[in-house]
Amino acid sequence: MRGLLAALKEITRYPSAMVGLFILAFILALAAYAVITIPYGEAIRLWRGGEATWRYNPRTAAPAWIDYLTPKKLLRTVILGPEDAQKEVKVLSERTRRLIFTYTLDYEADVFPSELAVVFKSQYEKKPPRVEVIWRTPDGREFSFGRQIPSGKVHWYTVSQDRDLIASLRGAPEEVLFQDPNAPEKTLKGIHTITIKAYVFEPEADLEAEVVVYGTVYGIAGTDHLRRDIWVALLWGAPIALAFGLGASFGITISSIVFAAIGAWFGGWVDAVVQRLTEIRMVIPTLPILIMVGLFYSKSIWVILAVLIGLNLIESTVKQYRAVFLQEKRTPYIEAARSYGARHLRIIFRYLIPRVIPWVIPSFVLAVPAYVFLEASLSVLGLGDPVLPTWGKLLSDAFSHGALYHGYYYWVLEPAFLLMLTGFGFTLIGYTLDKVFNPKLREI
Amino acid sequence: MGFSLVVGVFLTVITANMGGYVDKIKIAQITESISVQVYQNPAYQGYTTEELRKLIDQKVELEIKRLGLDKPFIRFDSFSGFFHSRAFMYLANALTLNLGRSEHIYSSSGSKQVWLIIQERLPYSVLLFTTASLLVFFASLYVALILSRRYGSIWDRLSVALAPLSTAPSWFYGIILILIFASILRLLPFGGLVDIPPPESKVMYALSVLKHMVLPLLGWFISGIFVGVYSWRTFFLIYSSEDYVEMARAKGVPGRPLERRYILRPTLPTIITSFALLLIAAWTGAIITESVFNWPGLGSLYMAAISQFDTPIIVGLTVIYAYLLGVTVFVLDIVYAIVDPRIKVGGGPAA
Repeated sequence: MRGLLAALKEITRYPSAMVGLFILAFILALAAYAVITIPYGEAIRLWRGGEATWRYNPRTAAPAWIDYLTPKKLLRTVILGPEDAQKEVKVLSERTRRLIFTYTLDYEADVFPSELAVVFKSQYEKKPPRVEVIWRTPDGREFSFGRQIPSGKVHWYTVSQDRDLIASLRGAPEEVLFQDPNAPEKTLKGIHTITIKAYVFEPEADLEAEVVVYGTVYGIAGTDHLRRDIWVALLWGAPIALAFGLGASFGITISSIVFAAIGAWFGGWVDAVVQRLTEIRMVIPTLPILIMVGLFYSKSIWVILAVLIGLNLIESTVKQYRAVFLQEKRTPYIEAARSYGARHLRIIFRYLIPRVIPWVIPSFVLAVPAYVFLEASLSVLGLGDPVLPTWGKLLSDAFSHGALYHGYYYWVLEPAFLLMLTGFGFTLIGYTLDKVFNPKLREI
Repeated sequence: MGFSLVVGVFLTVITANMGGYVDKIKIAQITESISVQVYQNPAYQGYTTEELRKLIDQKVELEIKRLGLDKPFIRFDSFSGFFHSRAFMYLANALTLNLGRSEHIYSSSGSKQVWLIIQERLPYSVLLFTTASLLVFFASLYVALILSRRYGSIWDRLSVALAPLSTAPSWFYGIILILIFASILRLLPFGGLVDIPPPESKVMYALSVLKHMVLPLLGWFISGIFVGVYSWRTFFLIYSSEDYVEMARAKGVPGRPLERRYILRPTLPTIITSFALLLIAAWTGAIITESVFNWPGLGSLYMAAISQFDTPIIVGLTVIYAYLLGVTVFVLDIVYAIVDPRIKVGGGPAA
């Protein structure tokens, strides 16, 4: 243990390892932050909760900080709720009342909104209210969206998909309403006035409305094709990647050492079996078998992790460890242990294995990125965990939903950056550890 | 080593059948062939469809019983005193490439034979990934040799600094390369094998294929080259400080012959091993790279089979991969015996 601490102290002398440690600390902090701020259940709800969870987010919106990098002013989603409205009530008859809501929208962005929607939240028993939306642009043109009969308690009127409106405006509403009539590619800045006239037909009936002007940028990381906040997946990808990578690497390294030690210590047929198993392991197609497991049995990341460790119980590194153990076996201190009557298991676990620990640590650290990327690979094949948000899932969603064709580069680059960063961190530390523990490399 | 191959394929078959999937393939095959037999047999011509179906069901059941498909996967036969297992039957089928018929996917010639479909795709995978492996292998060896001569130079230190770039797999670089060269610069195609429609002349066709190979090759190259250069450089440096190399240098053996005779020759077995490992990595790593680039090889077939849940294809491909790995390792063993005089085959004289 003291040797390990000394080694840790030693690697801080190498600048590359410091960078690696710094990266690792960042990923760990990200993971800790994710687990603390968004608990497991909440993360799954945010990622799998269904449309209601994401409905107010824009679709495939870039991260908000892009706004600072471009000369154009981009648009964040604006939601005009009941508290932003001026409400007028006029009683027309015993049962019928007219409600008029007036919203004002100060539009300053250089880009058009990505979508428009109006949400009606109505209370009635039998007869639904009738509503009409009138949009008044800064230069005074007025557009009526036609009559609506909101059904149910919450009714989403997706303005951008209203065919009649698109036909009458001769274009997409989110563009026609916001463009400068003299220069159609530019937006018209100023104050839009949205008036919603509603008629309710029951004494107890009431109505509230929200106007949603979907932006082109959202949050720290943007959104995906389902309007989900990518930030959630980026955050939660960290603990999952670490758990998967470290878990797989740890399990496989430990089991390989144990098998190598057992083979080397007992020799004879035990050794022969371990040796043959190593050779068989070489011809087993790991990825195809993992694919079959993912497809036929379970896509859970933890099942895949277990199968991965199971398949690699005896890795090809067993041969290297075995060579070391064969040397160690003949050293005097092992002879001494044997002469005082130490049992086989005691010798293997207390004397043999501890001797190779420093030797193994670099390869353990160096193997982590491979497993982190393996999870991403499985996700790209569509075999990622069905509930958990992971970096690999993000990449795979982005790729399969044409992020590259449509230019949603942030969607690809964010998870790619984090994957690469994790890989880099572990590799930098691993290479330095290699130098520290294998003096033969140190001179080079 | 031939033994390892058999065991590898065996394990693959066992894994595949854990949910009874191979059994299903087998039963589907039996049903198919029996229906064809029954429908084509003139003796049954007077039967109604209902009766025919009953007849087929009976025959299928008999055949299932005959093959023991209704019995547990592995069972002890107290009569003969042996263990019986369908696994061995499947193993024999797999080893003889009797892979059954696919459920949904056709070969371009319209066949549903899994082996035919795979045969059609195999050359494309071999073309791309053998080229890629050869490129990475020779480039990294060559650069590493140069760097080991100039140990400590800026290039040498750069190669060490760049080595961590190789942690990402080739499909990962593939996506980034598509982003840069296809999506932003619009220089190279997003993927596929040839332009659509394919060019008429053979030369143009070949050029078009080459153009589509650039990005996957580049992705593979980037993900392999840095770690290749780094590890070969370290390896050569360790070897070039051996006593016999120092001795030869002191004797005045000039640079190139020294490298060839005293460094490359003794390390040849290691070099060959690593080439084989590189090929193995290429076979399996190809699955995702191909699907990212929509390259019509085995990997894309795998992807299509996964999305359509075409079990016979998936199992067949896994068997083929096990085969490819087994054959690679097997060939490696033979080459090993040829280049390393210390390894003798069967105790006879060095080959």
